[in-house]
Order: sequence, then C-alpha cells, then structure tokens
Amino acid sequence: MSGGTFVGMPAFPEAAHEAVGNTTLRANLRHATHTIRDKRARAVAELDDWAELREAGRRIKDHTLRHLDHYLMRLEESVVRAGGTVHWAADADEANRIVTALVKATGESEVVKVKSMATQEIGLNEALEAEGIHAYETDLAELIVQLGHDRPSHILVPAIHRNRGEIRDIFAKEMADWGRPAPEGLTDSPAELAEAARLHLREKFLRAKVGISGANFMVAETGTLVVVESEGNGRMCLTLPETLISVVGIEKTIPTWRDLEVFLQTLPRSSTAERMNPYTSMWTGTTDAATADGPSTFHLVLLDNGRTDTLADEVGRQALRCIRCSACLNVCPVYERAGGHAYGSVYPGPIGAILSPQLRGTRSEIDASLPYASSLCGACYEVCPVAIDIPEVLVHLRERVVQGGEATRQGVKVTLKPAKGHAAERAAMRAAGLAFARPGALRAGQRIASRTRRFHPRMLPGPGRAWSATRDLPKVPAEPFRDWWQRTRGDRSGGTTEGNDA
Amino acid sequence: MSSRDRILGRVRRALADVPDGELPYEESVARAYAREHGERTTEQTVDLLAENLADYRAIVHRCAAADLPELLTRLLARRGARTVLVPPGLPPHWLAAADPVRVHDRAASTPHELDEVDSVVTGCAVAVAETGTIVLDGSPDQGRRRITLVPDHHVCVVRVPDQVVSCVPGALERLDPARPLTWISGPSATSDIELDRVEGVHGPRTLEVVLVSGE
Repeated sequence: MSGGTFVGMPAFPEAAHEAVGNTTLRANLRHATHTIRDKRARAVAELDDWAELREAGRRIKDHTLRHLDHYLMRLEESVVRAGGTVHWAADADEANRIVTALVKATGESEVVKVKSMATQEIGLNEALEAEGIHAYETDLAELIVQLGHDRPSHILVPAIHRNRGEIRDIFAKEMADWGRPAPEGLTDSPAELAEAARLHLREKFLRAKVGISGANFMVAETGTLVVVESEGNGRMCLTLPETLISVVGIEKTIPTWRDLEVFLQTLPRSSTAERMNPYTSMWTGTTDAATADGPSTFHLVLLDNGRTDTLADEVGRQALRCIRCSACLNVCPVYERAGGHAYGSVYPGPIGAILSPQLRGTRSEIDASLPYASSLCGACYEVCPVAIDIPEVLVHLRERVVQGGEATRQGVKVTLKPAKGHAAERAAMRAAGLAFARPGALRAGQRIASRTRRFHPRMLPGPGRAWSATRDLPKVPAEPFRDWWQRTRGDRSGGTTEGNDA
Repeated sequence: MSSRDRILGRVRRALADVPDGELPYEESVARAYAREHGERTTEQTVDLLAENLADYRAIVHRCAAADLPELLTRLLARRGARTVLVPPGLPPHWLAAADPVRVHDRAASTPHELDEVDSVVTGCAVAVAETGTIVLDGSPDQGRRRITLVPDHHVCVVRVPDQVVSCVPGALERLDPARPLTWISGPSATSDIELDRVEGVHGPRTLEVVLVSGE
C-alpha cells in the first residue's frame, strides 16, 4: 500500500466477488458486525437525547468546515502558544517527508505508533521503512495486521477479518522476527493472545524515544489534541517517548473545548458500543520542565491530502464530518458480505465509498467503482452520529462518474470526463432512448428478439459480462406483448393498430 | 508559496459558496441535548458511578474517611505489593499504615524503573457517574500520566460526593484543558479478537476505585 491506495487493487465488483466466496471471512465478519451492531443499539438507547446530540454534532462539524480557514489558524496559534510546532502538508508525500525528517533529527531509527487512519492513508510506515526507520504498530489489531503482512479491513477493528485461530498462527510464526517471540504453546484464547501482545510490545514501549499518533479531535480554542482508545497502547505512545509527532487531517478540528461534550458522548457509543472507551488522553502542547509530564517535544502535522478538494464539493463536503466511529460499516449489508479489503482503501464500508473517491478522485477503476458499492438502503445514514447522508453523496458521486462534470483536484477546478468503464452503459442508454422514440424500430427489434430466442446466450458478451455474471438474463417471451395484444384483443380495443403506432 | 498558504488558499476557494453573513458559532450550534440523563439525588449519582465502574470491571470499594488508611493497606497487602508509587501530593495519612516501600514520582525515573513497581495509589480530579469514568489531571495527588499507566495495579481514591459529576458536560466544565488529562473507564481492555472483550493489554490490568466519603 502506498499513498493510501492498495496498489493493483481491482475494482470493487471483482474484489467483492472474491471476498463473497470466502466463507471463513464471511463468518468472521457476520459474527463481528452483528455483535457490535446489537450492542451499539443498546448503548445508544441509554441516552434519550441521542437525536439532539447527533444534531449538535452535525452542526458543530458543519460550522467548523464552513469556516475551516479561521479555525485552522486559531488552532495553529493555540498549539504554538502551548509549546508545540505546527507543520502543514498538502499531500501524502509532503507529510511523509516532514515526519521522516523529524524522526531523523532525533537520531532514532525506530518509532512506536498509535493506531491512526491518517498515517495509514498516507502510507507512513512504508515511507519510514524506505528511510531505514522501523515503525511499530502498537494497537493489538494493527499489530495483527502488521505481523500478518496484511491490510486493515475495518476502521475500528482492522483485523476483524481474522479469527482467533488465524491470529494465534500469525503470532507464533511472526513475533520472533519483530522482537520478543510468542510464548511456547500459545493457544488461541483471546486472553492468552492479548498477553502475548502485551509482552511483545512492552519492550518496545519502554525503550521508545519517538511516538507517532493521529488524533480524534483538535480543539482550536485551546490547542488540545484528543486520542480515544481502549488498550493503553495510545497512552504509552503519547506519554513515554521524548518526542511526539501527531499527523492529523485538517477536518478533525472543532472550535471549542465545550464541543467535546457532544463527541465524547456519541463517539464511544457509536464505535465500540461502550458508555465510554477505557482511555482518553488529552494534551495541550508540551508541559513545562517543572511538571515534565509526557514528551518534551511535540510536532503537529496538519494534513490536506484531498480534504480541501472534498471541501470544495458542496454535496460531498459532509463526508468530512466523519469522526471515524465505523458504525456505518457494522450495519452495511454490502460491507458484511464483501469485507473491508474489497474497498481498496484504508477507509472501507459506506464512509469509504464516499470518502476515498473524493480524497483520491475518481480516475482509477477502483475509485470509480466505489460509489456503486452500495444498495442505497440508508442504514448507514441512520446510525451516523454526525448525520452524514451517505446515500445522497453516493448518488451524487455516481452522477459524477457517469456524466463527468466540475470537480476540484489538488486545489484546481477541473472538468471531469465521464469515466471510461461506463461507456457501454451510456451507449446502451442512448440506444434505448433512440428505440423508445421510434415505435416502429422498437417493434421490429422485439420481433427479431422473440424469433431468435433459442439462440440467446446465457451471459452477455463484452462489457455486459460483469453485469450478467451475478444476474440471470431475463427470458425473452415467444411473442412481444404488443403482438399478443393485437392478436387476441386487437379487434375489440379498436385503438391500437399498426398504422397508429407508425 | 508555503504549504500553509497553499492549504489555506484551497480552503478559502473551496468555501466560495459560504455567504459572508453566516450565523456565528454560538447561534449555529444547537445545544438542545440534556446536561444529564434522568433525575437523581446526590446519593443516587454516587451509586450510579459505582455501578458503572463495576460494569466495566473496575473493583469498587466504599468507605468513610477514617477507614481509608486501613482499607488501602489491606488492598495493597491483598495484591502482595512490595513497592507502591506515590505522587508528591498524596495526603500522607492515606498510606500511613501501608507496608510497601514508597517509590516517588520523579521526572528522572525511567520507564523500566516504573515497570518494576507493583502498585500505584492516586487521587483524581473528577469522576463521571453516567459513564463510569475517573479523570486524572496531573495534580500533585495524581502525579505524572505514566505512573498510572506502567504499573499493573492502580488504586484511585475518589472523594464522594464532591468529586462526582453526573455527566460528561459537567466534567469538562471542571477540567483545565491546559493540563495533561487522562480519562479512565475501567481497566485496559481490547475487543480486537472476534470482538470478545479481554481486560488488560497495555495499561494496568487491575483498577480499584475507592469511593471515600467525609474526607
């Protein structure tokens, strides 16, 4: 993976086709998504003002996005005042260069990482590796993904596609290559697996001099960053190292300290279905030497990487409200069957289907196919704690893919051509339009179709193949309806005659 | 052009549709949500805190101020703690009766030294009943963030009812964002393996909360 794209990833329909055939994957996913969606519903039902909290969250995020320049400058000022250093990165390469240079300046060749979508998106681990710096993922699920030479498949639980047996095998085989080996006779009980991860990672935490994180929220008013987590690996990386580097998307800004009261109520219940996640760390710049609590050097890298392009789209802009809770993944019938890898991005599921094509543009085959990775059932919108109308954006992006039109890429307004893959669809629609406008031609075509029905293939040829691979072609009747009508009722109706049509 | 100017320029161009006279922040954010959920007496709020802490597998104890030293001594002994980390401002009488060797919270301590310590005893800044959360803000009775992280056993003393609030908004109001803050809801946990919750990964695997009244 580099630059956030899973290189060589086929378009969604092909990748999904493969995933759907994997019964272990489907069983793992079904178990996980159903467990968490039921728990989430119970956690949300505890708050009788959920609708009001959701509305407040939507409005806070919308207001911030609509005045993002103001709040970014305010945030920068607050972070600097608190002793931090702020860097701005227009794209993934720039962010990776900044972080690499900062790590090199410390003289260290290894870093510990808190699970972070932003650093996954920019391919930071690979960029660091290329410069001889080892980045260790410390979230248990990310560790499983890293040790398994695998890709994340869920926003919250990146190893959701793995069951305990697979995890045991990965630990037993791979841990020794990265540090402390897995204990002898490791079983597949989750408690034992968690213990093995604890021992393996503790030696890394205790010696780490540089930590890298993202953030769930950045408070413009105070310069406070917030990381929400469960295991304590986040606290380790945010507290023990001397240098902390946080890479955060510009859309994670919220205006005031008070705004946290909304998101600290909606995020944990939406994501892990808990009243509150076990650990939340908040830090504001660096502490003074007298207190010396936590890293003495703090760098914040503000990441654009397609976010301002997304902001420029008045319909698609709302995707930037996302607080990465992953509730939409867990309720999505398409995600549940196709799995996270089919989406070809670190952002899978419904939110990924609208976020990835906006962050990356719709030029690649996978990105052009993502707006179609949905049945538009609307369950994702219902559970979204910031009320992102995902179906609305999906339809909007489908229109963009098929018809082309105005968009912003890397800050420049461009006119997109209709996507290539949809030429056949457009040709078919044009042909249909012509035929329906000429009843004589339509009738002749219908008659030919009926008389040749014995010779019809069961699959469409050429570009139609993908469509008919998962669907049965409708059977053509022996006689067109209008001929049947003419033959059996033609005399009585008196209205419809061949002469009248033509 | 610097990347800062480039990004801010892109943001401004992207927002060309936003009218100048848009509602200010205060008016555009509706806060129709509740400040707390349900009506409770002070006593019921403390009960709810105890219940929610226990629900997330924290071990909850309640005692009167006079009994606190004895209770803490018993908790440390039951754990078999030989050493206990002590923040600089912890009231000295809390641990007056305890046997373990005191290890002081010092900036110079290495993470490896902290890893050798058996237990840590701290106060707290505020506790949230509805979520079962204790919040530490680095005050002298709580010490640096890492001392409640590296040792495997954390005993946190909450003065009830004055350190207890009902809901998250009440907690944020009491806290100073300039301080390093840690919100703790139960011991370290993971649900990364088949979404089975397992307590104890990287943080303390045992969290004991003492609700002390009349302190």
